[in-house]
Amino acid sequence: MTDPKQEIRDRTLKRLLAIPERWYDQMTKGELPSITMPSRTKKNIAYDEETEVWKYGDRERLREAGTEKSALHILKMAYVIWFLKHQITESRSSTLRELYYISEGWKRAKFAAQNDSNLLVEDLEILTDVQREHFHLRPEEDGASIFGPLKIREDTRRGPKEIHCQDDVGESGYQIPTNVDSLELVEHDAKMVIAIETGGMYARLIENGFDEKYNAILVHLKGQPARSTRRVLNRLASEFHIPVTVFTDGDPWSYRIFASVAYGAIKSAHISEILVTPSARFIGVQPTDIRDYDLPSDSLTDQDIAALKAELTDPRFANEYWKEQINLQLDLNLKSEQQAFAARGLDFVTDQYLPARLSDMNILKQ
Amino acid sequence: MAPPVKPASADELAKQQRSISVAEFFEKNKHLLGFDSPTRGIVTTVKEAIDNALDACEEAGVLPDIYLGIFRMEGDIFKVVVEDNGPGIVPDNIPYVFGKLLYGSRFHQIRQSRGQQGIGISAAVLYAQLTSGRPTLVISRCGSDRPAYRFRIQIKTETNEPEILEKEETTWDRIHGTRIEIEFKSSLTARKRLVEYLRYTSVVNPHARIRVELDGEAILFDRASDEPIIPPQAILPHPHGVELGELKRIAAGSTEPLELFLVNSFSRVGQKTATEILGLAGLKPNKKASTLSPDDLAKLQVAMQQAKVPPPLGGQCLSPIGEVLIRQGLEKEYEFDFCSARTRPASVYHGHPFIVEAAIGYGGKLESEGTARIMRFANRVPLMYQQGACAITGCISSVNWKTYSISQSGLPTGPVLLLIHVASTNVPFTSESKDAIASIPDIEREVTLALQELGRDLKTFLSRRDKSRQTEERARAICAIIPEIAEKISETIEKPVPDISPIEGQIMKRLVAKKKTENGTVTISLQNYTAHALDLTLYIITSDDLKKAEPEAVFIEEMDPDHSGVWQIRLAAGENWRVTYQGTGNGMIDIRGVDEKKKVVVDLDRS
Repeated sequence: MTDPKQEIRDRTLKRLLAIPERWYDQMTKGELPSITMPSRTKKNIAYDEETEVWKYGDRERLREAGTEKSALHILKMAYVIWFLKHQITESRSSTLRELYYISEGWKRAKFAAQNDSNLLVEDLEILTDVQREHFHLRPEEDGASIFGPLKIREDTRRGPKEIHCQDDVGESGYQIPTNVDSLELVEHDAKMVIAIETGGMYARLIENGFDEKYNAILVHLKGQPARSTRRVLNRLASEFHIPVTVFTDGDPWSYRIFASVAYGAIKSAHISEILVTPSARFIGVQPTDIRDYDLPSDSLTDQDIAALKAELTDPRFANEYWKEQINLQLDLNLKSEQQAFAARGLDFVTDQYLPARLSDMNILKQ
Repeated sequence: MAPPVKPASADELAKQQRSISVAEFFEKNKHLLGFDSPTRGIVTTVKEAIDNALDACEEAGVLPDIYLGIFRMEGDIFKVVVEDNGPGIVPDNIPYVFGKLLYGSRFHQIRQSRGQQGIGISAAVLYAQLTSGRPTLVISRCGSDRPAYRFRIQIKTETNEPEILEKEETTWDRIHGTRIEIEFKSSLTARKRLVEYLRYTSVVNPHARIRVELDGEAILFDRASDEPIIPPQAILPHPHGVELGELKRIAAGSTEPLELFLVNSFSRVGQKTATEILGLAGLKPNKKASTLSPDDLAKLQVAMQQAKVPPPLGGQCLSPIGEVLIRQGLEKEYEFDFCSARTRPASVYHGHPFIVEAAIGYGGKLESEGTARIMRFANRVPLMYQQGACAITGCISSVNWKTYSISQSGLPTGPVLLLIHVASTNVPFTSESKDAIASIPDIEREVTLALQELGRDLKTFLSRRDKSRQTEERARAICAIIPEIAEKISETIEKPVPDISPIEGQIMKRLVAKKKTENGTVTISLQNYTAHALDLTLYIITSDDLKKAEPEAVFIEEMDPDHSGVWQIRLAAGENWRVTYQGTGNGMIDIRGVDEKKKVVVDLDRS
């Protein structure tokens, strides 16, 4: 029986090394080394009916080492592949930030900023169809936390551990590891998942016992969610078939958090299938909530307005629901935070707003 | 108490009144002719002698071969020797040409010439006898069948007449030509300016060879063209340029009735124009020109100015240098990166035809900083003094050079040279020393137009050069980065490093020269990716030792602290070649013999 880990490693190396091998062939034929990539822009995002997620479209971009800039890009990629090959064969790992610092010693091929090396790693994911975790690269940011009626098994350095996300954890919940591949979802007693943008609202729901009362798994997104957080949401939805909902502030930036959970992000459209939860639904704060509950609010800034207008042209928001909500918000010229519900008392959100809204959404059945 | 001064009576004053000779006048006013100081005296003398030599050769249609010698005699006495291969001067005229001020062949002719009034060289003779007391030696011969004559001449200042101290038949190795030896008090502090004058002269007289022996230093200004100049033809005066005195003189010598007189004595006047002039003047066409009263002459002169007359034809009486020869003359001396020249169409001011020529040079041997070098010429004679007072300088400053990508502070700055030549039958100088051109709007307009055209040419060159720099950037990327890619990927996939020269070749289709230094060994490799064989010369200028280079240089020149090595290489299409030597790889390499667009030099040590 082959070791599945060994199998992944072999496949990763094979796909990774196919890139320099192709360049080698090109160069021996007297051609410039080149790479062909899908264009990574908003214009090249298309909805895939089958998987119900947004992926890169057919637009491709050829990068050939015929200009100084492109030649340098390929040289950097050659260095990164060389580095990853050694890291994988030696069973070592590093963070994206460490990779950036390691490049300091690469003379001409060093990265000017970490964003450049991050983007190049994403390029490699696209070219190989392998996720960066298999390159033994991980982000610095830790995954967010989870609290609720859920039992998981984590493969730790001290062996596998089973953890119940209410009974075996403290008040802040279970912390999601960066590599979700080492996580097994064992069992649950939940009727829904609520992914929450802010730490304040996550703590409020735990303190008010919302998880117990409504059998809800609470996930803290920590702003724009990390890949691991999004993968956990994706797996909860696909493995347990429980409805996933998203609860954020009522402003354009928060709608994008929802979009990255439900539709995928432009940057990571190449791995949408495992990152995105197409069934995820938006709870609020909705512009209609701001109006109906007369929530404390701020005026929109110029940047807010521009972001809302950009969303009106974003293919991911091109449906009736979002058009209505965004246009209403532009009319109201107002935005509200999740915590604005506290103006009506600390229990209002758990006793009134969420039960009403979840019933509306047909997730909570009376 | 002193006795009162007795007032002079008219009779007594009359005793003191007498005519002043021209020679006496200039003895007292040397500065008017450019002899205001001993330093300047030598420049002016050389200038006058060489102008005469060039004019003489031009008239005879021979290629000038001029010798100039300057020798330090005892004390501050210098001897200037100028010898030419012109037609020579007949013996009877020699004393007058050199020993009488205002004697000349060209004053009464309307055509472009260097000298005009017949003052210059005799003024030098006068200056010599005033400062050193020595007479001037002249040798001249007019052809193989005629003997040479040798004269010693002075000027009698009181009468402005030549004084012949010695005249004898002699033998001379030249078949035709003239040699003059003048000794006068001077100094060589203006040596640099003298050399500059000679270089400028050589630039606008590319058909001349000037051999110089300057106080022990030998300099040769060789010719860049073997075409003798077609001497300009004299033309009749143009009605618009005629002044009353001149009109009176011409009329007095005529036997014709007025109408014929006008048609035959002036240029561009036909029957119709003559009738118009006479109508305006209110004079009868059949009246004899020689019988006109001073009043009638004045009326006629005014009418000639008013009448519509076509401008004089510049073509025959003017002799512009021409765009090609200006460029050849300049490039021979400065080896520019870029050079462009313009000869404007002939134009007219106050009835005098003139042509403006101009050239612009960029880079090469020019200094990269400071104000532009300005070369002014009038009738092929360099103007060496009073740059600031010259109309040409004013025109240069008033052009907005920034439009043409050249920096400017008054005058343009940077590695720029501007040459302006004004050729005319009558160049309007600000003074008799002929240093600066007067502000004449018609001339200034032509100069400005020429400069603007040249500015546009230079701008085109500069933007093309910038574009070709981009091409070099691309070449750099290919020649510098691709080998690194090749090296890294072969290491990663564990295969031998691929040969990337086919990639270079396909993209460049040029001659690629690369310099790379590794572990103290400098390698310069050439690869001919063009479709043709190339004959080229490689220059390496470095402080590294080139004597042990492999292969050996055909020639190594020491240029302390650097050496300059030269290799001559023939490369068939697709062929490559390399030279190696020990060192740090400092300095530069240059490839000659290959079109600029067909070569790429990549210094891999520079990153």
